Amino acid sequence: MTVPVSYYLALSAVVFLTGLVGVLIRRNIIIILLSVELMLNATNINFVAFSQYLHNVAGQVFVFFALTVAAAEVAVGLAIIIALYRAKSTINVDEFSLLKW
Amino acid sequence: MYALIPLLPFASFVVLGLAGWRIKDRAHLVAVPAVALSWVLSVFAFVDVASGSVISVSLYTWLTSGSLDIHIGLSIDRLTAVMLLLVTTVSGLVHVYTIGYMHGEPGYARFFSYIALFTFSMLMLVLADNLLQLFVFWEAVGLCSYLLIGHWYERPSACAAATKAFIVNRVGDFGFLLGLFLAWTSFGSLTYLEIFAQAHQSVNATLNLFAPVGGHWDVSVVTLVCLLLFMGAVGKSAQVPLHVWLPDAMEGPTPISALIHAATMVTAGVFLVARLAPLYNLSPTAMTVVAITGGLTMVLGATIALTQTDIKRVVAYSTVSQLGYMIMACGLGAYAAGIYHLLTHGAFKALLFLGCGSVIIALHHEQDMRHMGGLKDKMPVTYWTFVIGSLALSGFPLTAGFFSKDDLLVSTWSAGPLGEILTILGLLTALMTAFYSFRLVFVTFWGPSHLDPHYAGHVCEPAKTMTVPLMVLAVLSIITGYFGIPGFLEPVFATGTESSPHHGGGTVGIMILATSMGLLGIAGAYYVYVIKPGIPDQLARQWKALYQGSLHKWYVDEAYDHTIVRPMFFVADELWKKVDVAVIDGTVNGVAHAIAWSGWLLRLVQSGQIQHYALGMALGAVVFLTILLII
Repeated sequence: MTVPVSYYLALSAVVFLTGLVGVLIRRNIIIILLSVELMLNATNINFVAFSQYLHNVAGQVFVFFALTVAAAEVAVGLAIIIALYRAKSTINVDEFSLLKW
Repeated sequence: MYALIPLLPFASFVVLGLAGWRIKDRAHLVAVPAVALSWVLSVFAFVDVASGSVISVSLYTWLTSGSLDIHIGLSIDRLTAVMLLLVTTVSGLVHVYTIGYMHGEPGYARFFSYIALFTFSMLMLVLADNLLQLFVFWEAVGLCSYLLIGHWYERPSACAAATKAFIVNRVGDFGFLLGLFLAWTSFGSLTYLEIFAQAHQSVNATLNLFAPVGGHWDVSVVTLVCLLLFMGAVGKSAQVPLHVWLPDAMEGPTPISALIHAATMVTAGVFLVARLAPLYNLSPTAMTVVAITGGLTMVLGATIALTQTDIKRVVAYSTVSQLGYMIMACGLGAYAAGIYHLLTHGAFKALLFLGCGSVIIALHHEQDMRHMGGLKDKMPVTYWTFVIGSLALSGFPLTAGFFSKDDLLVSTWSAGPLGEILTILGLLTALMTAFYSFRLVFVTFWGPSHLDPHYAGHVCEPAKTMTVPLMVLAVLSIITGYFGIPGFLEPVFATGTESSPHHGGGTVGIMILATSMGLLGIAGAYYVYVIKPGIPDQLARQWKALYQGSLHKWYVDEAYDHTIVRPMFFVADELWKKVDVAVIDGTVNGVAHAIAWSGWLLRLVQSGQIQHYALGMALGAVVFLTILLII
């Protein structure tokens, strides 16, 4: 028996929303970064689900690319976080409001 | 080759204008040879056209648009040739004189570059073969006049005088420009020859002036063109009622007064009327206006000159008066006589101004003749040349002024009833002219010395560069009478239809009268200022109203001040404080404030908190997705 594609999509939506809410409400930058990863992985689930549903291997190849990019992105993100921490001795995102006029 | 006549001074202007800061005290080495070469070429041109031919040189086409075809061209006929000689001669002598007069001034090179520019513009003005080119250089000489009057720009009075000259000329040039437009629309061309040809055909054409307001007032087009162009001449040649700028222009350095404000630029108006003689001949009304304006100016200038005490102003008002003579002669159809007087006047008036200049230099810039006196032994060259200039101005027999003034008055006498009235006024003016000229001579050079004791001891003749031009001009003031210039010019103004009614009845009588008026004036001045020196004060007391009127230039300046200048200032002040500050500045500042305020509002959106931005993105995505799903 096969799991219907809608199950995957529901799971993906839940994971994505979890990630989105995490990005929006958490104050700890590391958690935010993790949440971003959650959102990325939610899309990966979608890719894989549709790949299997449509019998097209391109979706799975795409996931590998996404995973690679995500790994690189996390490396850069963590580096930025370290730099921020060294500058401000905190990783509370409320303390960082440099992105304005 | 003749294109070089104006281009040489232009080249010297460019060189001095660009490199003047390096050339400095050697500026005359550039300017004087250029103008001297121009003079030589002018002599060649004169010889060429003396045979009766007309030289035309087309330099280049400025613009062509439809039927409008404007080109820069030179045309040399006899009238132009004598003007060329006058301009280059006086300009050359003034260049030489300037070497001495402006010696050591900080603006030495600047001064030379301006007079070179002026010489170029004036030459182009007389050489023009169309009205637009004339107008362009008409404005250019006005600009040079402005720059040179304001040469000592650190003096407020010089700045004021320069501005006044410029603005008063604007009034006249406004009319000139309108005349230009009207000539173009009615005759379809701006070239002299075509205008004359067209004007002959449309001599009866009229224009309803009140059409815009629904009225009806037909005016002859030719008359209107003539009158409008004459407005320009009134401004430039300092005729009533726009004569007020010329005396103030004496704030400029004296060589400028001689070159621009006596011999050349101010005669441009006379030249204009003479150049357009075929056009003016078609409009008796315009001619009458021209003649009466000239007559009024002649009398007014002379009466004011009687009482002025600044030596340059006496000569300036005398210039106004003599320009009146010329304009009057042109208005009565005696163009040749007018131009003849223009030429002789150019020589002796330049001489008088340069003479004033050497007195002023010798007395350390003292210009009030009441602080002079007894200079004739200290400055013999200046004295004798000045006397020759004054004799010529008074029409003393055998000087150039004698011939030209007699010729002028005889011509006007034979020009109908108006001419007779104006001739009588002219004779009276001749009397006054002689009187004030010799008042100047006697008060300045004779009698006891009223010099400032600080420098009274070392007053002496100025440098050779200044005395030589004086002597040359003195010779010219005599010999220009013997060349038969009126006969030379007559073919230019021959209309073909009317025979010039010269030498009619009373000719000899007028000549004798004119001469005796001059002699009487000189004798009167001698009696009043040398034999009985107390008389002037006594007369001033006796005729107090007249004396004060003349001394205050008949209150023309005051009248303009009250009727035009002050209301203008008042309105300008109100406009500045009310309209400018409240409305215009208010609008501009209001827009700026509104933008700043809305910016402040929008700035609140930008918190710098990355999560706010992320929320914005998420909500935006939701909105877009919703729209996509619904549609």
